[in-house]
Amino acid sequence: MTVHDKVIKIIAEQGLLDVGDVSQTATLQDLGIDSLAVVESIFAIEEEFNINVPFNANLPENSDFDISSVSSIVKSVENLVAEQS
Amino acid sequence: MNRVVITGSGTVNALGTDVSETLLSMQEGKCGIGPLKFRDVDRLSIKIGAQIKGYTETDYFNRQELVLYDRVTQFAILAARQAVNESGLIFGGELSENSGVLLGTAAGGMNTWEDNYRAVFESGKNRVHPFVVPKLMNNAATSHVSMEFNLKGPSFTVSTACASSNHAIGLAFQMVRSGMVDVMIAGGSEAMLTFGGVKAWEGLRVMSKDACRPFSDNRSGMVQGEGAGIFILEKYENAISRGANVLAEIVGFAMNSDASDIVVPSQHGASTAMIRALKDARMDINDVGYINAHGTGTRANDTTECAAITKVFGAHVKKLMVSSTKSMHGHLIGGTGAVELLACIMAIRDGIIAPTIGYEQKDTSCDIDVVPNIARNAKVKGVVSNAFAFGGMNAVLVMRPV
Repeated sequence: MTVHDKVIKIIAEQGLLDVGDVSQTATLQDLGIDSLAVVESIFAIEEEFNINVPFNANLPENSDFDISSVSSIVKSVENLVAEQS
Repeated sequence: MNRVVITGSGTVNALGTDVSETLLSMQEGKCGIGPLKFRDVDRLSIKIGAQIKGYTETDYFNRQELVLYDRVTQFAILAARQAVNESGLIFGGELSENSGVLLGTAAGGMNTWEDNYRAVFESGKNRVHPFVVPKLMNNAATSHVSMEFNLKGPSFTVSTACASSNHAIGLAFQMVRSGMVDVMIAGGSEAMLTFGGVKAWEGLRVMSKDACRPFSDNRSGMVQGEGAGIFILEKYENAISRGANVLAEIVGFAMNSDASDIVVPSQHGASTAMIRALKDARMDINDVGYINAHGTGTRANDTTECAAITKVFGAHVKKLMVSSTKSMHGHLIGGTGAVELLACIMAIRDGIIAPTIGYEQKDTSCDIDVVPNIARNAKVKGVVSNAFAFGGMNAVLVMRPV
């Protein structure tokens, strides 16, 4: 599986959705993922890729990790994997 | 119904090892937050906290005591000694039978759990000290305070995360008010600044790496603290007849539950708790001059709390002072409401309002007077202390001068 596929799988699991229902343009809110599930998704991403994700729930827009859409999350994870591996 | 007054106070926390030092620090807007110092701190991503500086347990307790006193118990005993001493009460005979202890803690003997887990899991030891259970149990601090002062009435521990102390003080108030007891020693203690204690909080992604800045637009989260705050609650008549020095009167308390989310606070729950506490106190909203906010410095708390305060107080919000002293002493979790009660007493007795330090940028969603950075002189008729815990459990106290 690619980074993209793995991230989609993690997001789908948090949103209790099928992988096919996670569109690139969707926001986490669209997918019914609340603040607690965001934190859990980030934990799952860190565990899956063995990376550290810089994310503070108090400053989501200031974090280097862009969670504004599914595609931005995938891109951020790809960058972190490239930087930290 | 008895009127209930506070006649003694004690504390150890990052701002001071007694009440006068703590209040002086609050007046000066000192920050007790700094680099954490304990084993394995380099493995944490959050490396700051409000630790009690220069604290050496052997300065206060002997070997026999230390095999039974976790750090959380040590803090409670030290604070309780100050409070009992200030009250002038000597417990014996009937008074002893009619006095109890009610303390809050979220984590109890966390250092003991951690040290012994390390011993059996990490070091592979197959034997632990025989007193591990009585040392780590959540009621250990309460029990040792009852033994130290010979208090034979009702004593127990409450654990409602960040509202533990307010629940403990509120229930103790109700017990004295109803006549169930003559005196209650009430407050809370927490010693969660351990590797595991901070590691667990880290996971939630709500902790700040640099400072606690409640209500400031550039806030970056909460910062943990440690310590205890303990108070003597007794019947007004008894306090007056024995010539005790009354610090403040507790006039109202309410608790309720959000019943909605395990971590996200509810504006309805918070505002309802404040409304009910003021009703219990029979206090008009226009008589409230100061609110010691829960003010954790997280976006979720601060915006919800400001909205709840605005809803409850309406136009009067413009005349209200609201500060979060967590910016100075950190978030003591189960002990926090007790240390914050000291700021309430200072407002009532001394007419000094503790500031919210670290305030740098106005947050338009928090349009209230947060007493930014500098303490203020002001006479207040009524004071409210908020605590809104994880799990949606809210506990609000209302006080006034006698």
